[in-house]
Amino acid sequence: MIDSETFDPDFKFLIASEPGGENIKKCFSCGTCTAGCPVREVTDRYNPRRIIRMAILGMKKEVLSSDFIWLCSSCYTCFERCPQNVKIPELMNAIKNTAVRQGYLPPSMEGQLDLLASFGRLLEVADFENEKRKESGLPLIHGRTEDVKKILKQLGFRREK
Amino acid sequence: MKNRAGDSIQNSKYTLFLGCTVPVRALNYEISARKVAEKLGFHLSDVSDFSCCGYPIKSIHRHAYLLMAARNLALAEKRGLPLCTLCSACCGSLTEADHEIQEDEKLRKQINEDLFEWLGLRYEGRVPVTHFIRVLEQEVGRKRISEQVRADLSSLRVAPHYGCHYTKPSTIYHRAEDPEDPKSLDELIQATGAQSVQYEDKLQCCGGGVLAVDEGVALAMAHRKLGHLRTQQADAMILLCPFCNVMYEGNQRKIEKVFQTEYKLPVLYYPQLLGLALGLEPDELGLHMNRVKTTDLVKKINRRAD
Repeated sequence: MIDSETFDPDFKFLIASEPGGENIKKCFSCGTCTAGCPVREVTDRYNPRRIIRMAILGMKKEVLSSDFIWLCSSCYTCFERCPQNVKIPELMNAIKNTAVRQGYLPPSMEGQLDLLASFGRLLEVADFENEKRKESGLPLIHGRTEDVKKILKQLGFRREK
Repeated sequence: MKNRAGDSIQNSKYTLFLGCTVPVRALNYEISARKVAEKLGFHLSDVSDFSCCGYPIKSIHRHAYLLMAARNLALAEKRGLPLCTLCSACCGSLTEADHEIQEDEKLRKQINEDLFEWLGLRYEGRVPVTHFIRVLEQEVGRKRISEQVRADLSSLRVAPHYGCHYTKPSTIYHRAEDPEDPKSLDELIQATGAQSVQYEDKLQCCGGGVLAVDEGVALAMAHRKLGHLRTQQADAMILLCPFCNVMYEGNQRKIEKVFQTEYKLPVLYYPQLLGLALGLEPDELGLHMNRVKTTDLVKKINRRAD
């Protein structure tokens, strides 16, 4: 049961002000996105039309605290097909960026942040990896990783493994 | 900076962008790509200081993503060469960031202020970004590839997997090809002499984008496509993105276990297939590193005497 008393009518404007979320109000709920979504094909927990409808209605907490906003695989199928150019994968990123700012960062994403802050990459290139590269005749990688750490620190993500 | 039209590919040079997955988990892709480039006569130069392209952080913090991408672009700009990626997500991420930075003056100013203040770098916006497979398609061309084929691959039936970020969003790639009906990989496969197999849901996503968030969902997505390829009795899947490979080859065993089935489907990077056609040895193309054995597939190839 949805209680409209709890809706935040400004939520759609908040998302529309976020890069990538500009076109949210153009959605007329045709469902082209959901019909062609490869994630929706294997699970009903992800339904882009439903998420956009919830956001437009103002169901701010339900959307931002949800797990389902993180299930977009960024395949861009809906991006290509949306008749209203809602740019759904970018819209999902705008919603996720907003969720993170409000304190909703899923553990899997925290893990990725830790790796980036520690190695500047998702996978560390240590001596073992370089040894394997050498054996394969590939150039060694000794890149500075401090730059990524600096960027993350400056933007307020102070984390390291 | 772009390699001038009319120049022969022999004189072309690119900076190679490896990203996170390739230099650690897809050495066979890197080895075969370098080998094929050498054979076809174009040069790949390396920048050791490249980091992650920024894609993984886009959903968390857009500005951090743009800065990471811009940092890599700024390093590439110093080299004065176009940037060529092996990973499709890197290609999409760097291409999009480059567009955003070029088109939005206010953003460009902000990115450059932060880059300079924090890292002493600047990005003027002069680095064309492309994918290694696009270089083969657009710069080398199918004709020149066919001319250099030295082995008979005509008995091989292989299935192309385009993945998502190689063609989409089509706006950032200036619609290099129709994302609903791409042909480049099919045609590049045919140029090697092998047959390109058609199958259901050919353009479907591998699921890699949600692997970290929900493994079950990601595996179910990859499982569907492996099933379609089995129906067509393809000899192998041919792909061009290391993350798609993580799903179809790296996780194939796990998928077989979870869904109680058996695929044993070889998964090759396109440069591996091309290298075989050009007469290179399997070991030179890193085929011994493929997790699903390719022995039967290689046996189907007839080496020509020349």
